[in-house]
Amino acid sequence: MADTTIHIKEQESKYAKSARAFRDNVTRDLANEELRSNFRGAMDYLMDKRKAAFCEQDELETLRTQCKLIKQRCLAKLPYLLEQLEENLIQNGIKVHWAETTTQANEIIAQLIATKNGKTVVKGKSMVSEETALNDYLEERDIECLESDMGEYIVQLAKEHPSHIIMPAIHQNKQQVAKLFADNIEGFSYSTDVDTLIGQGRAILRDKFCHADVGLSGVNFAVAETGTLCLVENEGNGRMCTTVPDLHIAITGIEKVVEFLADVPPLLSLLTRSATGQAISTYFNMITSPRKKGEKDGPKEVHLVLLDNGRSQAFADEELRQTLQCIRCGACMNHCPVYTRIGGHAYGTVYPGPIGKIISPHMLGLEATSNLPTASSLCGACGEVCPVKIPIPKILLRLRKESVKPKSEHPLVMKGQGAGRNNVEALVWKVWALVHKSPFIYNLSMWSLTRFRFLMPKKLGPWTSVRIAPTPAAKTLHEKLKTRKSQHKLKRG
Amino acid sequence: MTQLNSQHLRSYPKNPKQVYLFGTCLVDSFFPDSGMDAITLLEQQGIEVLYPQGQSCCGQPAYNSGYQDEAKAVALAQVKQFPLDIPIVVISGSCGGMMRHHYLDLLDDMPEIGTFCDRIFEFTEFLIHALRLKLSDKGKPERVALHTSCAARREMGVHITGDQLLSQLDNVELITHDYESECCGFGGTFSVKHGDISAEMVADKTKHLLNADVVQYVSADHGCMMNIDGALDYQKQPLRGEHIASYLLRRTQANKANK
Repeated sequence: MADTTIHIKEQESKYAKSARAFRDNVTRDLANEELRSNFRGAMDYLMDKRKAAFCEQDELETLRTQCKLIKQRCLAKLPYLLEQLEENLIQNGIKVHWAETTTQANEIIAQLIATKNGKTVVKGKSMVSEETALNDYLEERDIECLESDMGEYIVQLAKEHPSHIIMPAIHQNKQQVAKLFADNIEGFSYSTDVDTLIGQGRAILRDKFCHADVGLSGVNFAVAETGTLCLVENEGNGRMCTTVPDLHIAITGIEKVVEFLADVPPLLSLLTRSATGQAISTYFNMITSPRKKGEKDGPKEVHLVLLDNGRSQAFADEELRQTLQCIRCGACMNHCPVYTRIGGHAYGTVYPGPIGKIISPHMLGLEATSNLPTASSLCGACGEVCPVKIPIPKILLRLRKESVKPKSEHPLVMKGQGAGRNNVEALVWKVWALVHKSPFIYNLSMWSLTRFRFLMPKKLGPWTSVRIAPTPAAKTLHEKLKTRKSQHKLKRG
Repeated sequence: MTQLNSQHLRSYPKNPKQVYLFGTCLVDSFFPDSGMDAITLLEQQGIEVLYPQGQSCCGQPAYNSGYQDEAKAVALAQVKQFPLDIPIVVISGSCGGMMRHHYLDLLDDMPEIGTFCDRIFEFTEFLIHALRLKLSDKGKPERVALHTSCAARREMGVHITGDQLLSQLDNVELITHDYESECCGFGGTFSVKHGDISAEMVADKTKHLLNADVVQYVSADHGCMMNIDGALDYQKQPLRGEHIASYLLRRTQANKANK
């Protein structure tokens, strides 16, 4: 019993801590005008690009439905497809590793690097490696880990984390990047010319690619039928990471598996158009094996690390499973009025924005995240643009429900169930329901509200810090209609 | 666009003679005149409007806060108030979305809930699609903006019908404001739980409406209007919103049109 009490107290404090951290982040970032303008400008640009890429509404609709069905089919057979994927990868000479937790994933990767006495790693963009905080883990073990995606490179140089899943450094403008380069790169003189900046980054990276022991990448689609790892990218850094070093390690979440090679084209078409408005990315890599006998290049070993990290919790519930349909295009954040204003860092999670709000609770538990599902006006812009039709607003509602459920209520669906439950709020809704389900009490309450409207407080918490409080009418609609012709009274026919 | 497609598939009652009005709790106690105007407008089309006195709230506040048992109790109490098989016209896209779409999940153990939800119509879609309303403008020329709630736009797919109604008014120039489809920041309890984010959203919405240089704006959702007008009032701006029912009625009545 004592143990339970302590456990509950710890949980509450974890929730309170995360809620406070989120509020503090929001306050900080809302006040940062430069950051606000960087996000607004970038999101407007990305929204326009996406819109231009889908000029045919019917085609978009057909494609979204098709891709939703592809992902749902693949998720329905997930355990089977993962086995099939493993079998075919092994047949192709790619080794497969399973990690339930982020620590396990990091340990596996560190061990693989150790077998080659690796000291330097070049990384293609991988949000899953952000999820496992791989860079920190390897650096603690004296392994240099260099991000090679330009956005990720900027973020790493600034000792920050990505603020967007597709555009990691979108929170910085070119002046900020120029200053960052000038402050941190020896011999670089301040310039805001974008080509000069990128040229500088590329020159440094080019050298690293040639000498790195290990290349690390993410995976966009893992094809079960053929044992193929597909990688979408624009800078060629992904191809360098996966072909130049002798050891290539790919890491991805278990939900990235698709059944057939034929599933890839529609998904790819929706992914790039939803993300950046591109008909196709500049590079599309399909990795099917390590270097074969007689081949002159390519990695000598290829490994895939498949990470769970809470995904199987989402998988177990039919409604929450839809979260795993995500193909990580970022369109939901580009169109989110909350993300546009607070930016990606305020969320305090690896995945920000609407998708972050629905996936993070599975990774971190509701204690650490239950303030996220409430930070939405449920405007539905995310669901409207989601290429695989994840009903994000509906899942947010579900997470709110799980968050305020009594802690002991069964069945337990999520880690940290009930973390956001507050007895005062629970009581308020009980009373609210009592009033609104009984016409007599309701009418009496509204009668009192309108008669005593002069007692209505002028200050209503945060509402009135930017608004004047509304005043109840002198008479309710119910009352006004009572005195009208009888036809307004309910007739039973 | 999903919503648009589903709307195309939706069938509307032909020549309805009788409808129920769901007034919403906000209109009931804060903006009853909008309810009265909606009834008058419907009656002018020869429709008999029934207003069950036992109705209260659609249940959305509790539903959106995660308290689904409480929401369910209230939703169930509403369903019982509308027993006749006639359309239920809701003068809010947000409450309409709750009753038309979310009741299906919330009351999924009720076998007849599907037919109840099928009877739910948002006010402007009902005027356009069921009544095929034709308006004759009696007012003087003016510029107005239209704010469509997110639920009306994305759940009910009726952002076009508000536009279609206002476009029938010859002397009204409908001005598109910047970021028209972006949320005003209300979101029910969101505006309290995350007051600072909501404040920035409504600040932008008021800015864009003010920039549109209109005499007023019109909306079919009092939730958004309470938010936007409250902020405009705080900023000491004279611009205000008006429920589309009141606006249409005023514009089409010769004696009231130029008030």
